[in-house]
Amino acid sequence: MLKINNLSAKIENKQILNGLNLNVKAGEIHAIMGPNGSGKSTLANILSGKKGYEISGSITYQDKDLFKLEIEERAHNGLFLAFQYPLEIPGVNTSNFLKTSLNAIRKSNGKKELDALEFLKIIKLKAAELKIDEKILNRQLNVGFSGGEKKKNEILQMSLYEPNMVILDETDSGLDIDALKIVANGVNSLRDKKRSFLIITHYQRLLDYIKPDFVHVLMQGKIAKTGCSDLALELEKAGYEKI
Amino acid sequence: MREKELEKIKEYKYGFSTDIEDVKAPKGLNKKVIQFISKIKNEPKWMLDWRLKAYDRLQKLTEPDWQKPKYPKINYQDLYYYSAPKSMKDKPKNLEDLDPKLLETYKKLGIPLQEQKKLNNIAVDAVFDSVSVATTFKEKLTEKGIIFCPISEAIQKHPDLVKKYLGSVIPLTDHYFATLNSAVFTDGSFVYIPKNVRCPMELSTYFRINASETGQFERTLIIADEGSYVSYLEGCTAPMRDENQLHAANVELIALDNAEIKYSTVQNWYPGDKDGKGGIYNFVTKRGACRGKNSKISWTQVETGSAITWKYPSCILQGDNSVGEFYSIAITNNYQKADTGTKMIHLGKNTKSKIISKGISAGFADNTYRGLVDINRKAENARNYTQCDSLLMGSKCGAHTIPYIKNKNSSSNIEHEATTSKISEEQLFYCNQRGLNQEEAVSLIVNGFCKDVLQQLPMEFAVEAQKLVGISLEGSVG
Repeated sequence: MLKINNLSAKIENKQILNGLNLNVKAGEIHAIMGPNGSGKSTLANILSGKKGYEISGSITYQDKDLFKLEIEERAHNGLFLAFQYPLEIPGVNTSNFLKTSLNAIRKSNGKKELDALEFLKIIKLKAAELKIDEKILNRQLNVGFSGGEKKKNEILQMSLYEPNMVILDETDSGLDIDALKIVANGVNSLRDKKRSFLIITHYQRLLDYIKPDFVHVLMQGKIAKTGCSDLALELEKAGYEKI
Repeated sequence: MREKELEKIKEYKYGFSTDIEDVKAPKGLNKKVIQFISKIKNEPKWMLDWRLKAYDRLQKLTEPDWQKPKYPKINYQDLYYYSAPKSMKDKPKNLEDLDPKLLETYKKLGIPLQEQKKLNNIAVDAVFDSVSVATTFKEKLTEKGIIFCPISEAIQKHPDLVKKYLGSVIPLTDHYFATLNSAVFTDGSFVYIPKNVRCPMELSTYFRINASETGQFERTLIIADEGSYVSYLEGCTAPMRDENQLHAANVELIALDNAEIKYSTVQNWYPGDKDGKGGIYNFVTKRGACRGKNSKISWTQVETGSAITWKYPSCILQGDNSVGEFYSIAITNNYQKADTGTKMIHLGKNTKSKIISKGISAGFADNTYRGLVDINRKAENARNYTQCDSLLMGSKCGAHTIPYIKNKNSSSNIEHEATTSKISEEQLFYCNQRGLNQEEAVSLIVNGFCKDVLQQLPMEFAVEAQKLVGISLEGSVG
């Protein structure tokens, strides 16, 4: 699914990633943990195509050179990033945004675009499944949303677009236990043999609900240690310093 | 060459010109030309006298120069003031007799003139350069006593109404461009809605400048008699030409007791090319008088075209409890300039006005909101709410807000809010990540920004306007 080879990245002359290697196969869940400033969000940004980095190394995604795809083309190819800080877009109705996005993705894949009614049916179903209050659909996109509502909205979108490769960038940060369960539930319900997840997190807490296949520790811009889900528990107890 | 042209057409899809034989007045501005216009339109003497009075007045006036966008001096003697397709000389009786080239032109512009092909419940008056070429749905409107016709026809058939109201909101002496229009106006629409009639369909005029070196000076007069209602729409396009063309229209609205006029404009004149060459000078005077009690006039404008847009659709709130509204979107890209806003003159008691202005600048463009809220001494309990928002794209454009408030009555309540924001890279990134390309993302964000105004437009046009908002900003980011 995703193969990262010797990835290094600089921003404004500051080295952030430094020879990172990672291989995510279809159906796998990888968790990436690491202290502040270790490059976790940079990794998520580079995968989704954010500009402004000086990059070396290579990434193949579904056997394609990821760097040759524009941001939206990556989305069309099923790469989804759940933002750490989802953006507010005033005046744009959430439901309309989700429909526009879904149709852009469908269109690029040669699928019929959904009309308002068809869309509403699907989105209401998804919201109910995820126990997300559908009232957020009628509000302006993320405007005045609480931190939890913003994250739930990301999970709702993830579930709607049915991506192949999901990157969660600290989606669990700042969530109460109920919201955390909604996030975990969203991921678990999408989990299948064809879909992969990269879960970036600070804490072990989320991994109580989502059991990853691998846990990686990112330090100083590269993977310092890889293990199974027990590694997360160790880190929780001992901290990153021991690594 | 051809490829280059195609490339240009892509930028402004209404930029084609129709190769049609025309009749022109001799170049220049003088009494003879005015007599020519009046004669070719077969006008009564009172109309010619009125024009000549305006011409005399014009000699004493100079162009205003307080606006922000400056422009090179216009040589008024080097313009044509009348141009009409030759085939219009012997007036075609119906659409079948109309020059196929004209029908083709309007078809290309997406304006359905053939009634049988009506998709929308809209009656259209189509003005091509200096003449009205067709008005649709006339009979259906006549049943209700509604008059919707070219103003040249109204001058002949309804002289009492025209005499009574023409120049009653924008006097002959108003200012240079308005007076110029009074002297040389060629065509435009006339609307009269009788007492207690609710106009059953949208009325619309579509203005098209085709001939080169020609100014378009149309005149629109709308009268809503007591208790009536009308929604009127105006659209405009022009071919792409390297020269700047002048468009100086006058629009007068009169709402009597309990009447309501809703006037919407989607202005898409040719804006000039990427380097600021060519484009229309859109110097327009629009003014409405809420003459009766409880009357209401609402202006909605979506200004995306023109090299320079310079206009202030205004409301004179004479009647007690009358209401004036102004909803505006002004988009300037590349080297376009806009200085637009409104004047709300509160004269009657309990008069209310609302101003919502959204200015968007991209490229090297400059966008100014200029507005006046004037509360007269006698206007007890007048209220105004003004909201001016500016959105900047890139770092080379400008946005300015110049609100004037004159308040002579202490019982009034005036609110003014203003914001300036930028489309952030982060917002664009977010939209891109959800599968929208750069242009779709900009269009979405800008449409969100303009929502309060777009939703004031009649349904059929809101969709068009939304697309136009996106197209106008194409290529402005990234």
